[in-house]
Amino acid sequence: MSTQTTSGLAIETAGLVKTFGETRAVDGVDLAVPAGTVYGVLGPNGAGKTTTVKMLATLLRPDGGEAHVFGHDVVREADAVRGRVSLTGQYASVDEDLTGTENLVLLARLLGHAKPAARERAGQLLEAFGLTDAAGKQVKNYSGGMRRRIDIAASILNTPDLLFLDEPTTGLDPRSRNQVWDIVRAVVAQGTTVLLTTQYLDEADQLASRIAVIDQGKVIAEGTKGELKASVGAGSVHLRLRDPEQRPEAERVLRLALDADVQLEPDPVALTARVGSGSANGRGAAEQAGRALAELARTGITVDNFSLGQPSLDEVFLALTGHDTHKTDADKDEVTA
Amino acid sequence: MSTVTQTESKDLAPVSAESLAALLVAKERPPRPSAFSASMTFGWRAILKIKHVPEQLFDVTAFPIMMVLMYTYLFGGALAGSPKEYIQFLLPGILVMSVVMITMYTGVSVNTDIEKGVFDRFRSLPIWRPSTMVGYLLGDALRYTIASIVMLTVGIILGYRPDGGVAGVLAGIALLVAFSFAFSWIWTMFGLMLRSEKSVMGVSMMVIFPLTFLSNVFVDPKTMPGWLQAFVNNSPITHLASAVRGLMAGDWPADEIAWSVGWAALFVLVFGPITMRLYNRK
Repeated sequence: MSTQTTSGLAIETAGLVKTFGETRAVDGVDLAVPAGTVYGVLGPNGAGKTTTVKMLATLLRPDGGEAHVFGHDVVREADAVRGRVSLTGQYASVDEDLTGTENLVLLARLLGHAKPAARERAGQLLEAFGLTDAAGKQVKNYSGGMRRRIDIAASILNTPDLLFLDEPTTGLDPRSRNQVWDIVRAVVAQGTTVLLTTQYLDEADQLASRIAVIDQGKVIAEGTKGELKASVGAGSVHLRLRDPEQRPEAERVLRLALDADVQLEPDPVALTARVGSGSANGRGAAEQAGRALAELARTGITVDNFSLGQPSLDEVFLALTGHDTHKTDADKDEVTA
Repeated sequence: MSTVTQTESKDLAPVSAESLAALLVAKERPPRPSAFSASMTFGWRAILKIKHVPEQLFDVTAFPIMMVLMYTYLFGGALAGSPKEYIQFLLPGILVMSVVMITMYTGVSVNTDIEKGVFDRFRSLPIWRPSTMVGYLLGDALRYTIASIVMLTVGIILGYRPDGGVAGVLAGIALLVAFSFAFSWIWTMFGLMLRSEKSVMGVSMMVIFPLTFLSNVFVDPKTMPGWLQAFVNNSPITHLASAVRGLMAGDWPADEIAWSVGWAALFVLVFGPITMRLYNRK
């Protein structure tokens, strides 16, 4: 627990590969996760997030490359790794046939707690997670939010040094999602390193300090939140014009003012443009958008509706994996610089 | 139950950040559980599952009763003159056959369990690796014991009178349960190897039917053709049935017991490591 590696890294992988038949699910992933932080792994379904986590948690054997968790090799020293990590994902959950209490007592016993200590710890966790009323009910009768709570509770029976949270809020309503975020923050505040995989940019934004974006088994961008946003553009400007006939002119003005690609939406009065690209932490976004609006007004184009939003995951992906390959390379350089 | 499923997060008590923090501060960890302790904990899990889904005891209660009644009255008159006389010969054999048949549910339950979420959590724990599987089998040993008691009770009602008395009967059951525990490693292997519950069931039937029927459970092998005798006389089920029959009759069939124990050890030594290899690779 106290033996940190000299590098201060909780996770270090080099060229990690996992193949399933012809598919290279994980295709040379390099990660360096500093201890004591939340590290976000962002990517769509099938990007290789879960496979990566499973290899790091010793559930899958890598086909190539190396991975160390707190300096321990995940294959040769799997048992040492298992002693320091916990895992929560849709696949690593709890026994649905047992009650909340039974699950926690079972796992606490397996972690070496004597029976009275196991019962006590289970009771305390159920209380802290607001599950005391449901403690005696079979987990299959829990709601989605309750399920996620009991899953996370099961992962912190012993305070882990590293907690894997594999898509912890997928399928949850916004309220439950916020509650899970609060739990994650409380866990990190006590010094646990968290590796969080997610499909949602805002989730990574809320919780993680560094983010790796993966797609088709490869890390396509990595950096702090600020670096990542700067490369993608801090946000998107959505405009609705009063007069569709003014759209070509608006497009031209925006392109000049923002120095960015402007997309024409299917709606004949709508346009979307990325702003804040290249600026540190994406701070220039609002300023740029403001200038663009002023420019439109000066040209006599009437804007009915205007919004500045965070780039969606779709937009991040378009920016990072888009067909325009040299654009992707440029983005990548900025992030890793 | 429906009230629970409708409980949505809005009714859920809030997470208490302070008490959570207080719980997480404790960084000390207890020493890892011993192999025995971890196995027993998984055995406890199996018992909890029986408690929550008692219907699953159907196969160790109704099925064995049906087996005793069916074969006693089906073959009794023809093979031994009367059902009452036949049951003296049949009961230990049908006991062996039924319990060995019941073992195949182990494969099905392993197979359905690995599809569920909890399996990967077990695999990520720093515990003695085989304890998950041993736990299953300990739970199953309890089921085999229940089945044995049920069948003996029915047998005694039908007129079975074991000369070995309580001690002989208990020794017979102990040998049978121990053998079945060892034999079940075949099913844990298939449970992990095959992709669906149906295929596990199919393969299990293919193994279990010839193995149990081609034995001395129903009739003396002397009436069988020579090639079949060669198989039947060397089948582990025949050895086990003879050993259990002997023990319950008050004898000490040392050879047959040795053969049964030897086969049991062989099953564990061969299928145990294969199971664990599959378990680690899954």
